[in-house]
Amino acid sequence: MMNNRNKNDEYIVIVGCGRLGSHLARLLSKARKSVVVIDKNEGAFHRLGDDFSGFTIEADAIEIDSLLQAKINKADVVVTTTNDDNTNILIAQIAKIIYKVPKVIARLFEPSRQQVYEELGIETLCPTILSAIELKNIIVGDKMEV
Amino acid sequence: MNIIIVGGGKQVHFLTKSFVSKGYNVTIINNNEEYCKKLARMHRANIVLGDATTPYILEDAGAAYSEMVIALTTDDPDNLVICQIAEKIFKVRKTFAMVNDPKNIEIFRKLGVQNVISTADIISSFIEQKISVDDITNLFPIEEGKVAAMEIEINEQFPVVGQSLSQINLPKDTIIGCMIRKNEPIIPRGDTVIKEQDKLIILCLPMIQSEVLKVIRGRID
Repeated sequence: MMNNRNKNDEYIVIVGCGRLGSHLARLLSKARKSVVVIDKNEGAFHRLGDDFSGFTIEADAIEIDSLLQAKINKADVVVTTTNDDNTNILIAQIAKIIYKVPKVIARLFEPSRQQVYEELGIETLCPTILSAIELKNIIVGDKMEV
Repeated sequence: MNIIIVGGGKQVHFLTKSFVSKGYNVTIINNNEEYCKKLARMHRANIVLGDATTPYILEDAGAAYSEMVIALTTDDPDNLVICQIAEKIFKVRKTFAMVNDPKNIEIFRKLGVQNVISTADIISSFIEQKISVDDITNLFPIEEGKVAAMEIEINEQFPVVGQSLSQINLPKDTIIGCMIRKNEPIIPRGDTVIKEQDKLIILCLPMIQSEVLKVIRGRID
C-alpha cells in the first residue's frame, strides 16, 4: 500500500500538536492527505477537532522509537513544529539524513540559527521573520526591499 | 588552549577545575543568572550568561578562537545543536556532546558529532552484566565503550592471590596491562605474582567483563 503512491497519497508526519502543528494537520487532512501527528501530551490532540481524519500518536518524538512508530522511514514529508527549536532541528535531521525523507521542514523561533540549518539541507520556516515582514508590509507597504 | 564548556552541575565544576589547573583557558556558558554568578566566584574561568544554542552567544564565548567545545546540558537536542553550530559556523576542531538517551549515540554520530558520551550507557551495561562495582576502583571506557579499562584492588579473599599471571586462566580478549604495587607501577610478565593490595589495570572487551571479574574475584554477584 505504501508503494507506488501518486502525489495525492503522500504520507505526512507532523511532530508537535500545538497551534501550528494542529492547524496544519487539519488543513492537510481536509486536502485528503494521510497525516500522522505526534505529541507527547495527549491533551494536545483536542486541538485537531472532530473533522480530522488522520492518526495521532502520543509519544516523545525525541526518542527514535516514537518516530519509527510513526513510520518516519516511509514518510514523504516531515514537519517539526514543537515549541523547542532544538528538538525540531534534531528530529528534522534524523528524518533528512538518517531516514532520507524527501521533504523536511523545521519551524524555528530563533532567526539566528536558520542559516546553519539551511546549509545542512533542512528547510526552515521562521514565524518571527515572516511576521516581521508581513507587519512591515502592512505599515509601510511591500515596495521597499527587506 | 581555549575550551568552552556548556552546562552546569558537578561535571562542569570538576572539568573546569581540572582544565584550569592544567593551564587551559576555560569559558563556561550557562543560561541561569544566579548560577553564573556562583560559577564566577568559584572558578578562574570566563562565564557567559545565555543560550549556547544561539550562534551569537557562542560567538561571545569566543568559539571562533576555541579548540574545543564540550556540551554537557541535560537536554540532548541542545547538545547536538551546540556542537553543530560550533563546527559549522565557528570551525571548532573538537566537539563533545553528552547524551542522556543512549540511543542518541548512534544518531548523533550519524549527524556528524565527533565525540558522543553517554553515562547511562556505561552504567546500564554494568547492571546488565550484574557486575558489582565494589572492588572496581576505577573504570574508563575507551573508544566510546568498545574497550573497557578497569582498575581492581586485590583483597585477601581473591583466589588469584599468590598466583603468577601465567597460572591465572583469563578468558580470551582480555589482558592485565599494568599493576600498581605500593604506588609503584609494574608492567607485569607471565611470572609476576599477584599480591594482596595490588591494583590490577585490566583491558578487556565489555561483554566479557563479568567473566574476567569472576576469575579475579572468584565470585560474580
